Amino acid sequence: MNPVDLVLNILTIGVPFSVALLLASTGEMFNQRAGIFNLGCEGIMAMGAFLAFLPPYFLKDVLSPDTANLLGLMIAVFAGALLGILFAVVTILFRAPQGISGIGLQMLGVGIAGTLFRHFVGGVTGVPGIANFPIPGLSKISFLGPVLFDLNPVAYFAFLLVPISWFVLFKTPWGLRVRAVGTHPRAADTMGINVARVRFQALALGGAFAGLAGAYLSLCQAKMFADDLVAGRGFIAVALVYFGRWHPLGILGGSLLFSIAQSFQLSVQVWGIDFPYEFAVMLPYVLVIVVLALARKSNKRSPAALGKPYDREKRV
Amino acid sequence: MKTERTSTLKFARESAYFTLIVLGAIVAAVGIGAFVLKLIGVNPIDVYLVILTEPLKDIYGITEILVRTSPLILIALGIAIAFRSGILNIGAEGQMQIGIISAAAIALAFPELPKPILLPMVLIIGAIGGALWGGIAGYLKARMGVNEILSTVMLNYIAAQVYGFLLRGPMIDPEELTVGSGTPQTIRLPRAAWLDRLIPGTRLHAGLIIALVMAVLVYLLLWRTTTGFRLRASGAEPRAARFAGIHVERSLIIAMLFSGGFAGLAGAIELTGVHRRAIESISSGYGFSGIVVALFGGLHPAFIVPSAIFFGLLLIGADMTQRAMAVPANMVLVLQGAIILSIVSAQSFFKDPYAKDKFLRRLSSIHLPRQKKKNAPTSDRGGKR
Amino acid sequence: MQTSKAQISSLRLEGVTKRFPGILACDHVSIEVKAGQILALVGENGAGKSTLMNILMGLYQPDEGRILINGHETRFRSPNDAYACGIGMVHQHFMLVPNLTVTENVALGSKDFQSFLKLDLKGARHRIAEVSERYGLPVQPDAYVDQLSVGEQQRVELVKTLCFGTRFLILDEPTSALTPQETDELISLLKRMSGDISIIFISHKLNEVKALSDTVTVLRRGSVVYRGETKDNSSQELAALMTGHEVNLPHNACEDGCGNVLVSIKDLKVKSDRGNLAVDGLSLDIRSGEILGLAGVSGNGQRELADVLAGLRKAVSGSIMLEEINVFGKSPREIIDAGFGYIPEDRHDEGIVPTFSIRENLILKDFATPRFRIGPFLRLKESEKNAEDLVRRFDVRCSSQETAAGSLSGGNIQKVILARELARQPKALVSVYPTRGLDMGASEFIHTKLLELRTSGVAILLISEELEEIMNLSDRIAVIYKGRIVKILKSSEATRARLGLLMAGVQEDGGVA
Repeated sequence: MNPVDLVLNILTIGVPFSVALLLASTGEMFNQRAGIFNLGCEGIMAMGAFLAFLPPYFLKDVLSPDTANLLGLMIAVFAGALLGILFAVVTILFRAPQGISGIGLQMLGVGIAGTLFRHFVGGVTGVPGIANFPIPGLSKISFLGPVLFDLNPVAYFAFLLVPISWFVLFKTPWGLRVRAVGTHPRAADTMGINVARVRFQALALGGAFAGLAGAYLSLCQAKMFADDLVAGRGFIAVALVYFGRWHPLGILGGSLLFSIAQSFQLSVQVWGIDFPYEFAVMLPYVLVIVVLALARKSNKRSPAALGKPYDREKRV
Repeated sequence: MKTERTSTLKFARESAYFTLIVLGAIVAAVGIGAFVLKLIGVNPIDVYLVILTEPLKDIYGITEILVRTSPLILIALGIAIAFRSGILNIGAEGQMQIGIISAAAIALAFPELPKPILLPMVLIIGAIGGALWGGIAGYLKARMGVNEILSTVMLNYIAAQVYGFLLRGPMIDPEELTVGSGTPQTIRLPRAAWLDRLIPGTRLHAGLIIALVMAVLVYLLLWRTTTGFRLRASGAEPRAARFAGIHVERSLIIAMLFSGGFAGLAGAIELTGVHRRAIESISSGYGFSGIVVALFGGLHPAFIVPSAIFFGLLLIGADMTQRAMAVPANMVLVLQGAIILSIVSAQSFFKDPYAKDKFLRRLSSIHLPRQKKKNAPTSDRGGKR
Repeated sequence: MQTSKAQISSLRLEGVTKRFPGILACDHVSIEVKAGQILALVGENGAGKSTLMNILMGLYQPDEGRILINGHETRFRSPNDAYACGIGMVHQHFMLVPNLTVTENVALGSKDFQSFLKLDLKGARHRIAEVSERYGLPVQPDAYVDQLSVGEQQRVELVKTLCFGTRFLILDEPTSALTPQETDELISLLKRMSGDISIIFISHKLNEVKALSDTVTVLRRGSVVYRGETKDNSSQELAALMTGHEVNLPHNACEDGCGNVLVSIKDLKVKSDRGNLAVDGLSLDIRSGEILGLAGVSGNGQRELADVLAGLRKAVSGSIMLEEINVFGKSPREIIDAGFGYIPEDRHDEGIVPTFSIRENLILKDFATPRFRIGPFLRLKESEKNAEDLVRRFDVRCSSQETAAGSLSGGNIQKVILARELARQPKALVSVYPTRGLDMGASEFIHTKLLELRTSGVAILLISEELEEIMNLSDRIAVIYKGRIVKILKSSEATRARLGLLMAGVQEDGGVA
């Protein structure tokens, strides 16, 4: 295999794989910038994946495939936002510790998705899903054309999200509030900002993106649903936010890096290299640990109030 | 000066607060479960009834509960040690698997050794395997500040792959490959590596005794030894612990070694007591159930034991509903997730002095006239900071 | 928030009451300020001053009482409401978001510069320039707050509040981080401003109160104990009203009885969290039986020095000797075993483990010594005896030794820490802000114990931001500025003015440090 084909091959597999991570991670970035880390992301993705899968599966005789897909996406996003709000209620209203609450949400999400799936669908079934949409003209560019411009519509949205989220976070009043609330909530409070409300909004947004990420997995990438569909991507997305230093560009880079690691197991089969399957599957998880271990200096850039509940009535 | 009446009233109000929170948590957890059950068209009351009563109807059911209880106790003990030391170990599942595979490897490597030597060795190696796997996360946190929830979760996935690789490859039963169906499992362990069954005809094994003994030992460890003192101080307030000369980083690693070791031991007793060979879904979610058991048991050995029995009941009952009423196995995860969320929310309410104060004052405004001025209302006397 | 142009001709709080768990912070407090007046709200730490002002700012909700602006009853449900009425506050701990610029901080709090999508930073900058110019408060609009000095940050805090259109300014302990000279400047500025802005000025420093205010209200333990004209009262009278009794803090008689040098720090260099040298070649000797006070504006290296002496921070270079033992670069355990005692800055989270019992906290450093353990096991009976003894000797007010130490009052927590440290019979003791936030009674106790310790030959380093405490207790006073000792004075030679100049970096020979 010549090197050019190798790189092309890696990119062709890796770029679409990165979409789910990118979406979930961007959502989590808003969460963490506001001061809350949501480990339940994995559970929200599972719910999103399952709910998006439902309309095309059940209503394929009633609705056109496009409508069914759209409906699925919308339900996933809405459910994701709801779960994000649930997490907000537990961690903001009840002030429960964020780490364990996230694990609880993850169990809940994965459990409900699996239960409903087993009951309503039964076995592993495929759906036609959302097809790729090649951008006319651009997708014909040699070499990079097929890689970057022959993707799923949801994928295009995800990549557009990078500059959009940068703008929202750094150039809008809401983004300013989010950054303030995650760094010095008491100062924001004294300036008249409703800390809880901003955090609720950020968590709802984060949950919506996580739901969309799950929907991408079932409708666009795998085009089916199974119990182990998400396979830890939600956790990887949370780790990605640290890796990307809470910045959209860093998160983009991280998503690509990790998706290439994840696609490694497919690439290995394509290249016919005799590499134990299990070790290829292991790669992204090992990479997360390596990346976290090396990235300790980034702690200085983290939102200072990350992980700490805010209590206005607490005496300073 | 408080009159008798006011102090009984105060006690009544505080109990009301406590009960309300506990009830709220129970209702929330049960309610979420009921909601999901309704979605799949099952009557929640029937399901809950089956879970709580069916397993208790015969000796076999009761012993099966205890079979589940043994590894749950051990894992929960390890989790309690970790959580109390300030490190959130979510990796019990992976640590258990590594423990199983280490134990199996040793048992299969020395089949000629006599039981008094082989069995303890197998159990100890299983514990060591789990301990080392947990120690990785401990080291990562202590030396490099890596978030332990993320690292232990990642290590779970990695352990699953290692386990699968070994079970499908080097350690597979050769007969499976030649005459069998290729099921990933090892050959049967030598008899010398089998934990004795306590009641013939059941699967209840001596692992239960080991678990109970460990519960006592963990209590002694945490509250009666210098090591336990260091662990608890590091978990309760690492800054003060550092000022006092306690090596907090070392405590984190020790805590994870203990925690992983208990998970590994749980795997080893499950291997040698129940299945007697390493099979695919042997750990089947004990690692996560153990977390819930630990939280439910207030991270204290005395309450972890009954908590583990309760969850043993839950797991068996869920199995039964799966067979009898077509309730999918994932329902257990739903209940566990709901329970975790309820418990941590309730605990937060207990620890929050402001919420309690607000509640009590609202109650008291119904009964008593104007609050007496406390003797020393400044922050320097008789009050929390 | 919208800003109101209406003048506040009178502001009244009537019967305001506020409770926290276990504490009655404000008990039917009534105060009144008229237009153009400066009211000083005076009281000891914990008397309820900050709580009262936070109620006025809409941060806390009062349990009883009402707020009247120009005679109309108003309710402030959040800081927004307070701002809408033109009330603004400069907090003791600055309410600035560190990773944002000055302009962003101002834009954050003002709806004038926020539309749905657009952030009007230009408008904010313009307003900052206006305010800066009008009141003579220069600031750098595009600087990130966490890169400014403490004095600059305070200016920003003041400018920010004024940008919100404040007509009624509350200042909470504004001079706690300033040198005496900077304090004087601030006071003259405030006097100038009182022309068109009414001011409530919270302080426990009575000389400032005398210099600045027109009227004074004294709070003690949550109640108003005095209301009147400032000029009618002397500082002594106000102090007596604050504490409720004649104030007589122990004074160091200062006979020259100091012995050999016990602690010798030479040429110490320590990096701060930001990477620059916070301690830059510091040398200090502390003799046995002496209290050496370290005076300086906070932020000049005291925290880093204290951290190194506790073993929690690695110094870059230098040496620290305790008698013959070199403790440079050693772990906290080794430093403790060498004979150093330490009373940390944050008594609640660094001095004790709040959820541990008093008994356990008293053996926090010694649980592994032969006295308190046997093999791997703890000797419970011995630690109980120890706790009984120390609780009695140090008069720790608690219901039992199993009570969680974190639920004690500040003064009692400090007593537990002191008891633990003193019982170990250290050779040297580092004490960081020992009476911060404590009332007079507790402070008196701490000071007495420190003086006793001095008599028994311990070398004591006292780091404090209260000049009075340092001047009262020390044999010698060292002034730290930009990480170096600029001068060491004998206590008899030290005056407020002299120390103030040294703390600001003004060399005595006319140069600047």
